Amino acid sequence: MIKVRDIAKSYGEKKVVDDVSLSIEKGKITSLIGPNGAGKSTVISMVTRLLDKDSGEVLIEGDNIFTQPNNALAKRISILKQTNHLELKITVRELVSFGRYPYSKGRLKDEDHRIIDEAIEYMELGELEDRYIDELSGGQRQRAYIAMTIVQDTEYIFLDEPLNNLDMKHSVQIMQILRRLVREKGKTIIIVIHDINFASCYSDNIIALKNGRVAVSGTKHEVIKKNILEEIYEMEINIQCIFGHNICIYFDDQAGDVTEDDAQEYAQTVAHEQLRA
Amino acid sequence: MLKMTNNKVLLILTAITIGAVALYMLYDLNPAIYFYQLPSRVKRIAAIVIVGVAIAVSTVIFQTIVKNRILTPSIMGLDSVYVFIQTSMIFFGGASSAIVLNSKANYFVSMLLLVIFTLFVFRFLFRFTKNNVFLLLLIGIILGTLFGNLATFMQMMISPEDFLILQNSLFGSFSAVDESLLGITGVIVVLSVLYVLRDFNSLDVMSLGRDHAMNLGVDYDRKVSQLLIVIAILVSAATALVGPMMFLGLLVVNIAHELFSTYRHLYLIIGSVLISVLTLVLGQMAIQFMFDGGVELSVIINLVGGLYFIYLMLRRSKV
Repeated sequence: MIKVRDIAKSYGEKKVVDDVSLSIEKGKITSLIGPNGAGKSTVISMVTRLLDKDSGEVLIEGDNIFTQPNNALAKRISILKQTNHLELKITVRELVSFGRYPYSKGRLKDEDHRIIDEAIEYMELGELEDRYIDELSGGQRQRAYIAMTIVQDTEYIFLDEPLNNLDMKHSVQIMQILRRLVREKGKTIIIVIHDINFASCYSDNIIALKNGRVAVSGTKHEVIKKNILEEIYEMEINIQCIFGHNICIYFDDQAGDVTEDDAQEYAQTVAHEQLRA
Repeated sequence: MLKMTNNKVLLILTAITIGAVALYMLYDLNPAIYFYQLPSRVKRIAAIVIVGVAIAVSTVIFQTIVKNRILTPSIMGLDSVYVFIQTSMIFFGGASSAIVLNSKANYFVSMLLLVIFTLFVFRFLFRFTKNNVFLLLLIGIILGTLFGNLATFMQMMISPEDFLILQNSLFGSFSAVDESLLGITGVIVVLSVLYVLRDFNSLDVMSLGRDHAMNLGVDYDRKVSQLLIVIAILVSAATALVGPMMFLGLLVVNIAHELFSTYRHLYLIIGSVLISVLTLVLGQMAIQFMFDGGVELSVIINLVGGLYFIYLMLRRSKV
């Protein structure tokens, strides 16, 4: 369990993260949602020691992460930030191998190679393993980076907007892989995500941030509620249960003008027409 | 296209470099005076290897840190500062002062000031510009122009005789290297390089960028400040020994990147060292045997390197 207590960060006068406290449950997928500028990425960067915090503390199983040796920490938590394009001549396999660095310090042993092979297979990168990273599509590259994180073999995996720039198919693919990692390998995954429907369908817990503070946090059923989300995003959001998932419908166009009465009326008309036919 | 492995490229490059060095040593050797020719050539090769290693290693690491292949410490204004230091010595001390005449004193003062300047630029500016490459390059060029102009201003004021003496130190050259400084520079360079090699695997990780490197357990910020000190020492030692070689680093490291399609520092560092020794030896052969010493080596290096720099810029702007 990771416990975050009152972490804060200001840039100049502006408080980007304002005394955020949260806890992350083991063996679950926790999504961080919230409008742009809510401080999601800043929180995740501070929790994973990439960014210095102004105050507060982060405890992983009771150990303060800022006093832990960096290398020891690299075997317990991994963080994948939004991937910026690397100008490196590096193949998929080489990139994935970097995940073993905390253990091997660059000298790979047989066991490391076995783990790397496994991750490449797991992420279905076998055919791509000798291709250079800059020749890949966005989805393939994202899979390679996630494979590197899998190889790092940490209990906690943080992902900052892993679905950025991915189409629906690849987004679903990535989310299914994350679910598999939780189910089969018992990992704990924390993701920053923009699409609330992906958060609603694939995560166990959701933490919503707004203006640098935690607006609400709980299981997905507790958070995906009309009044809660409308307050966070300041727009009209309707929630429908479809195939057992709570789906948010938030297209603030004409669809937003359709009231529940309208919908019922429409359903009745359809039913009548079917009867008549 | 047949793709050669990096090891093969490295082997061929080593052979060519050794061949070039041997050719330089033996070319047009006069049996009557070989006992004079050989030691002087050995001395130059030693200087070339020392400078080649220093410039190549420092530029490779510098570019790993700034993640940019057209920035080098020299382009960041270091060379102009060296010219400024040399000019100030003559301007304030006069051509007959101890600091100008005593090559050891000159060397250590120059080196110290260069290290201070470089550390100032690195430490201070990196923090201010948040590693913004274009801002860094811009400030580097402005600083370079500032010191260049100050030096030119002083050069206008000194007597023509003093200027002639000064001129010798304004171009990088291996013709007049002080023997007594070779040893000390060699020691400085070897120690610095050993320090880097001690942990060169972490350089590979650092080339992934700060976030990935931190994630993989590298103390990125501490490591960067340590490496910047090493870079400052290496570049300053080389410049104080032979004078400014502005485009050398840029030239050799970029060629190494093209020859070895890899991110691995083992290949990049060794490759750059070999290319830089090869470039310097070929250049030295050209000025010594073709131009009979009428041209300074740095002029040739800058001509080739400068053209290559323009080529790199043009190719980048297309992408």
